Amino acid sequence: MKQDWLPLLLIPVLMLAAFALVGSASSWVTLSVAGLAMGLMIFVMASGLTLTFGLMDVLNFGHGAFIAVGAFVAASVMLALSAWMTADSLWLNLAAVAPAVIAAMAVSGALGWGFERVIVRPVYGQHLRQILVTTGGLIVAEQLLKVVWGPDQITLTRPAALRGAFVLGDVAIEKYRLLAVLVGLLVFAALALTLNRTRLGLLIRAGVENGEMVEALGYRIRRLFVGVFVAGSALAGLGGAMWGLYQETVTAAIGAQVIVLVFIVIIIGGLGSVGGCFVGALLVGLTANYIGFLAPKVALGSNILLMALILLWRPQGLYAVAKR
Amino acid sequence: MAESILSLRGVQTRIGRYHILHGVEFDVAEGGLTMLLGRNGAGKTTTLRTIMGLWRAAAGEIRFEGRDITRLATPDIARLGIAYVPESMAIFADLTVQENLILAARTGPPDAQRLDWIFARFEALKRFWMLPAGNLSGGQKQMLAVARAIIEPRRLLLIDEPTKGLAPAIIANMIDAFAELKDGATTLLVVEQNFAFARQLGDTVAVMDDGKVAHTGTMAAFATDTDLQQHLLGMGMGEHQ
Repeated sequence: MKQDWLPLLLIPVLMLAAFALVGSASSWVTLSVAGLAMGLMIFVMASGLTLTFGLMDVLNFGHGAFIAVGAFVAASVMLALSAWMTADSLWLNLAAVAPAVIAAMAVSGALGWGFERVIVRPVYGQHLRQILVTTGGLIVAEQLLKVVWGPDQITLTRPAALRGAFVLGDVAIEKYRLLAVLVGLLVFAALALTLNRTRLGLLIRAGVENGEMVEALGYRIRRLFVGVFVAGSALAGLGGAMWGLYQETVTAAIGAQVIVLVFIVIIIGGLGSVGGCFVGALLVGLTANYIGFLAPKVALGSNILLMALILLWRPQGLYAVAKR
Repeated sequence: MAESILSLRGVQTRIGRYHILHGVEFDVAEGGLTMLLGRNGAGKTTTLRTIMGLWRAAAGEIRFEGRDITRLATPDIARLGIAYVPESMAIFADLTVQENLILAARTGPPDAQRLDWIFARFEALKRFWMLPAGNLSGGQKQMLAVARAIIEPRRLLLIDEPTKGLAPAIIANMIDAFAELKDGATTLLVVEQNFAFARQLGDTVAVMDDGKVAHTGTMAAFATDTDLQQHLLGMGMGEHQ
């Protein structure tokens, strides 16, 4: 494809428009950082889903389960290490958060592997069944979470080092949001490097366009797909852990709540496009925060409205993936 | 006649509820170029796709170098040394010309000498090396699709309508390339509607009609038998292109 900068321009345009409407510079900075943080967390959760759809045409509504499991596993680990979480030391805080995140990714990834084998594999190429069976999987997973962790929500307090805000003049930027932005950008950079600079990435991009031809060149796309599915599930687990810390509560419904945003993002971005997913996620995060401030009553529908407008402009999403 | 590298016996293929191939039988002689001819809808493309494992044969047997490949998965068939150029070309539009060829060279980086050989015939590929393949013209995409199939030495090439929509100058280069390939260790099975091209390059011919092979023989004999051409193709080879 030619370099297409127009969708990317939407982000500064949206931010400038919001600046004019919000009026106060400090509120605008706070909202923008909050929007970017939210967007990047959604991006982390959504990136795997857009690739699995692109590669094998699989609509996986069960992706929300990996997000929820990630949040719960991370919460359990952090609660077990609560002494380190509450310690007044950045290193001890990190020593609690890092294993929590790693455990979340490992468990979600493993769950993804099982989910692909048991639930997704029998319904390749059948969209309606995929929707039904993966939605069923999500419901079952949600109930199993209640069995394991109980029906009550878990309250999660952020570690001391990630609480509070940096104050620059009259602008306050929450530390945790900055961390979320940083992690999101790192995930994006890692994905972009893998997709553009490695043979594996070339294969994934080629497979998204035309899986059959990739097979005719002698590559086993099924294995590639399972690998991407597991990696995508692990990223969903990471996103879930981040989201749980962001909300400071974890409930079994977290997956079902976030999956709506995740689907909006991958549809806006163009199914199968990681770059599109990135731009879409930032637009969704920023819009939700700006509208939440400017017109709270329409905040709930603002992302649907955003999706409708973008699809009117580009029916295949911001970066349509050329399909066979 | 040389020993056959590929043989099809009683191959039947169904696509959904349509029964497309009704017992296809023919042999492809090693080291030559076999043209697969026939009217539109005769089953030529389905035959190539069935050999490649992209459609599953419901009955019959496909043997490559003596080995039964009927039930093998497509990647395993490709790994035996069979390359496929579909009619749609199926180039990866989002990837550059270079990236398309890097992927096609499955066993390692593309061989420099072979790349030079390809560039000498398909100069545009060198010129647009770093350009996304989606930006190439139709003819250039066809060059890339063929280049992808020959970037590594293969035993057998399956090529579906390589000259479709190509300018005469490019067709001439394609003829040179195929002639050199068959002089090497490569066997070609080519579906073609361009009769001039078919006549010039084909050693043997298999003509399909209604999901079966209705005639096999040498291209030389078929090219002179206008009655047979009329009967099987609905026109003479001289009347077209």
